[in-house]
Amino acid sequence: MSEAIQVMGLKAKLGLDVFKNNDEFHIKIVAGCEKDPRLKKAILVCPAGLYSENSEGEVELNQDGCLECGTCRIACGSDLLEWHYPSGGAGVQFRFG
Amino acid sequence: MDERFDAIIVGGGLSGLAAAYTLAEAGQEVLLLERGDYSGAKNITGGRMYIRPIKDMFPDLWEKAPFERGVAHEEVCVMSGSGSLLVRYSGEEAPYQSYSVMRAKFDKYFAKQAERKGVSIVTKTRVDDLVWADGKVAGVIVGDDELRADVVIACDGVMSLIAEKAGLRKPGNPKHYAVGFKEIIELDQELLEARFNLKDDQGVARLFVGDVTKGKFGGGFLYTNKSSISLGMVMGISDLMNEEPMIPAPEMLELFKKRPEVSALIEEGQIVEYSAHVIPEGGYRHLSNLCGNGILVCGDAAGFSINSGMTVRGMEYAMGSGYYAAQAVLKAKELKDFYCTGLSVYEKLLNDSFIMKDFKTFQDVPEAMDNKRLFTYYPELAINMMQKLYDIPDGPKDRIIPTVKGMLGFREIWTIVTKDLRRMMKL
Repeated sequence: MSEAIQVMGLKAKLGLDVFKNNDEFHIKIVAGCEKDPRLKKAILVCPAGLYSENSEGEVELNQDGCLECGTCRIACGSDLLEWHYPSGGAGVQFRFG
Repeated sequence: MDERFDAIIVGGGLSGLAAAYTLAEAGQEVLLLERGDYSGAKNITGGRMYIRPIKDMFPDLWEKAPFERGVAHEEVCVMSGSGSLLVRYSGEEAPYQSYSVMRAKFDKYFAKQAERKGVSIVTKTRVDDLVWADGKVAGVIVGDDELRADVVIACDGVMSLIAEKAGLRKPGNPKHYAVGFKEIIELDQELLEARFNLKDDQGVARLFVGDVTKGKFGGGFLYTNKSSISLGMVMGISDLMNEEPMIPAPEMLELFKKRPEVSALIEEGQIVEYSAHVIPEGGYRHLSNLCGNGILVCGDAAGFSINSGMTVRGMEYAMGSGYYAAQAVLKAKELKDFYCTGLSVYEKLLNDSFIMKDFKTFQDVPEAMDNKRLFTYYPELAINMMQKLYDIPDGPKDRIIPTVKGMLGFREIWTIVTKDLRRMMKL
């Protein structure tokens, strides 16, 4: 069992959380800023590991599993990210917190 | 919804519920709008709640409150790359000054109590913007609906987009915020109690400092719940994104969990939730403006959280500020003035309370703790000393004091006294 904890990947961990109607994009990378070096900070700080860099050197965001913490907004600023909360009743619903 | 309310509260976390509960108790028509499916759905704590400063504000709340365990044991685990030193302070007795808590349970319970007082709570509702009229905030916009009230109280959490829209604050600077991320790990109750040497409903709070954050600002934490453990880390966002070694947050947590001091504690446990939340840590100098025309700001939205090194506190400031915002609204109503002139009594009430007194007392702490050596040099020193003190070599052992002296040369002592101690005097 302890082995199971050790090897549980981030995706599997996020899979334990309850997410609802998570189809809208509530965070958008501002067009033209994909290669901005400041945006790369999001890769380091996002606790859900949702930011990554593609082979073109652009930062991509996958919102499945967003914990709505806002760390990316604080790290990168609102010039690079259009940041909203998901609409009412959508997104993560913590059962424990 | 064409109704008009005395107050609209944005956000059903602790500060929002506290404000709503207090206003409804005084007979006000209160509408509370919560984004999640229920109060607590978007909220996280490490964590534990300290009761004493706020218990008299909500006298009926505590007896049936869904707390997990009373924190009877305070522990600090200092870590270097190779070893650790664990200190356990026991001396607290029931009724405990703090209790471990889970927000989904506690906030749901608090919301039910607020509804009993007469608060209208509407969940699954995001506030999109503010309504302005006559030079003041006059309500909120939800989708296509306009909802009007004498006053709006922004309790929408650390990002407070509402306070930003009201022009009371700007988006945060990474230097003044930390991010907490944690797992809830379920564990058989008897096993948990045996593992942490706990009797009945006693719990433990353990902080981890040093190598856990690879020298960056922050630490690890562990709280025992009834039959689970809250295990996670808090890290300064600025250090996390700017300082070497550049390790992504989720990996930091995995490295922390792989430490033998931690992995042994969660053995046979089952992760049931992973969560994250931003924490305002700028202190007094980086609070939001608290009051505008027709609007007040409470809780995390205002920046009401203090990391004083040994304790990280936020929830009781949230509840306290919500309580005082409600008192301010009642005063403003007497004066028939919901502009800043009438509402600013909120600031006065806060100044006279434990909240602003604490924020002033601890205003230099963020600066004092912005010292890499606290997270690198001192943990290493403590562990090296332990290693030397307990070491029995192949041959004869050296005397103890000269050994310690050898680790603390003139240059080290000079730095400790002139740089670190002088800074630490502000704690």
